[in-house]
Amino acid sequence: MAKKATRESYGAALAEFGSDERIVVLDADLSKSTKTEMFKKVYPERFFNMGIAEANMMSVAAGLASTGKIVFASTFAMFAAGRAFEQIRNSIGYTKLNVKIGATHAGISVGEDGASHQCLEDIALMRTIPNMVVINPADDIEARLAVKAAIEHNGPVYMRFGRLAVEDVNPTDYKFEIGKGVQLADGNDVTIIATGLMVQMALEAHEMLKKDGISARVINIHTIKPIDKKIITKAAKETGAIVTAEEHSIYGGLGNAVTEVVCENAPCPVKIIGTDRFGKSGKPAELFKEYGLTAENIYKNAKEIVKNK
Amino acid sequence: MEQKRATELAILANKVRKGAVTAVYSAASGHPGGSLSIADILVYLYYEVMNIDPKNPKMENRDRFVLSKGHTCPALYSVLALKGFFPKEDIKTFRKIDSYLQGHPDMNKVPGVDMSTGSLGQGVSAAGGMALAGKIDDKDYRVYTILGDGELEEGQVWEQAMFAAHYKLDNLTAFIDNNGLQIDGNISDVMNPNPIDKKFEAFGWHVVNADAHDFNSLEKAVNEAKATKGKPTAVILKSLKGKNVSFMENVAAWHGSAPNEEQYNQAMKELDEKIAELEASL
Repeated sequence: MAKKATRESYGAALAEFGSDERIVVLDADLSKSTKTEMFKKVYPERFFNMGIAEANMMSVAAGLASTGKIVFASTFAMFAAGRAFEQIRNSIGYTKLNVKIGATHAGISVGEDGASHQCLEDIALMRTIPNMVVINPADDIEARLAVKAAIEHNGPVYMRFGRLAVEDVNPTDYKFEIGKGVQLADGNDVTIIATGLMVQMALEAHEMLKKDGISARVINIHTIKPIDKKIITKAAKETGAIVTAEEHSIYGGLGNAVTEVVCENAPCPVKIIGTDRFGKSGKPAELFKEYGLTAENIYKNAKEIVKNK
Repeated sequence: MEQKRATELAILANKVRKGAVTAVYSAASGHPGGSLSIADILVYLYYEVMNIDPKNPKMENRDRFVLSKGHTCPALYSVLALKGFFPKEDIKTFRKIDSYLQGHPDMNKVPGVDMSTGSLGQGVSAAGGMALAGKIDDKDYRVYTILGDGELEEGQVWEQAMFAAHYKLDNLTAFIDNNGLQIDGNISDVMNPNPIDKKFEAFGWHVVNADAHDFNSLEKAVNEAKATKGKPTAVILKSLKGKNVSFMENVAAWHGSAPNEEQYNQAMKELDEKIAELEASL
């Protein structure tokens, strides 16, 4: 199956679902990279380039939304969640306005651009904002449906998309629901909870573990906030050990969100796989290897956690 | 403007000042100085200019107002109460635990507040977004916003200045409350934003200089903004921080501190005298 970057899915979904007259798309001089240009081609009268001025873009989005618009504001994750954090917090989160932040080029898989453009903090930052929904789709199918769900959801949504082409992990008849985790493989020895492009690696790790006689459950958490407490608590109770995997800092992201649920509801050992240093230039595959964001590393940690159960 | 109407508006402005100082006194915190300097423009907008309905604060085609310098909401709440958006006595609950009158404006709590503000620079951008929406939908509502002159030190203001000119938002009018003072002192000493008019001109705005405390001057400025096509208008309001409370006038320390009982009584006395004087001249 052909691989596709979720940023492509984002642009295509905006064009596909963009007929609603209330939808307005803003971009900060990156429409060719974020793929909002795909919306612009179909609905040029509802696309506005904001120039390289992300702070203003977020507050303008709030003003537009206050009149009844459904606003998508797009730029790289670094300049959305990072640079414009306070605008998102005060103009969009506090006001509960109907703004969807389409943040692309998240994580180290940005590749050659290096650390300045590899946002590894956005999930943590966005998760602290009350009223904010945080979605990190794993593949094309999920990204498309996430955009559709974001349009239908009344309130702020942060969506995290990648630059790197990824495989489909979900079936074509997949049903997406905000806040609902998806079990992709069953298992009873350990649970691998992953988000975004780490989901495909989690599935690979599942196969590797199977060869060693370890049955690993695989859960895709596409919505990090509000998180699916039920599916996580059930996994903790039934498998007694969890490995989380995310292309994000080990602080404040999926791993922490999972441990918060587990500690409160069904304590069990949790190993968090993520980063705790800045990224760097290189090919995505090389970076994944260096930063331990691989199926092998998930496999290794799962074996370890099962051994110590 | 007829002299009689100007006098009536001046009376209202002093009532707004009384409400603003009462709010800050009741809360024992807040920002009186910059509230007093914007009382006249608020009264002019809410009584003479804007298409609004206190009984229907969310009216779809209403004119919008954004207090970008959100810390001076005591004046905004005061004018909204006078207009009947909420009971006047609620002013005394300002900043209190169960009050909807937050320390900075909250659009989800206060009837008549079109945007939550307080973090400087963001309100003017949101006002620009509202103006853009008006253009997209081909509606004829107008958007008004007030910024502080210290607020101009925020880079976001100039991002917005570029944006509003670029998209020819002639339905947007930004008033700059140019009282010359910010928390740490004179704006020219802290971080000089001058020349303000030339900066907005250079960014492609139509610029009007006006007297913040002269209703004829305000009327002329607003009419000029309405008549200007193809570009937004910035009205630089030469104002006096602490206006009409003698001991607060032009004193930076009154930016963000509350009067004690004696000072409060003095302020009320001075404002009542002003009102009586104006009423006598009617």
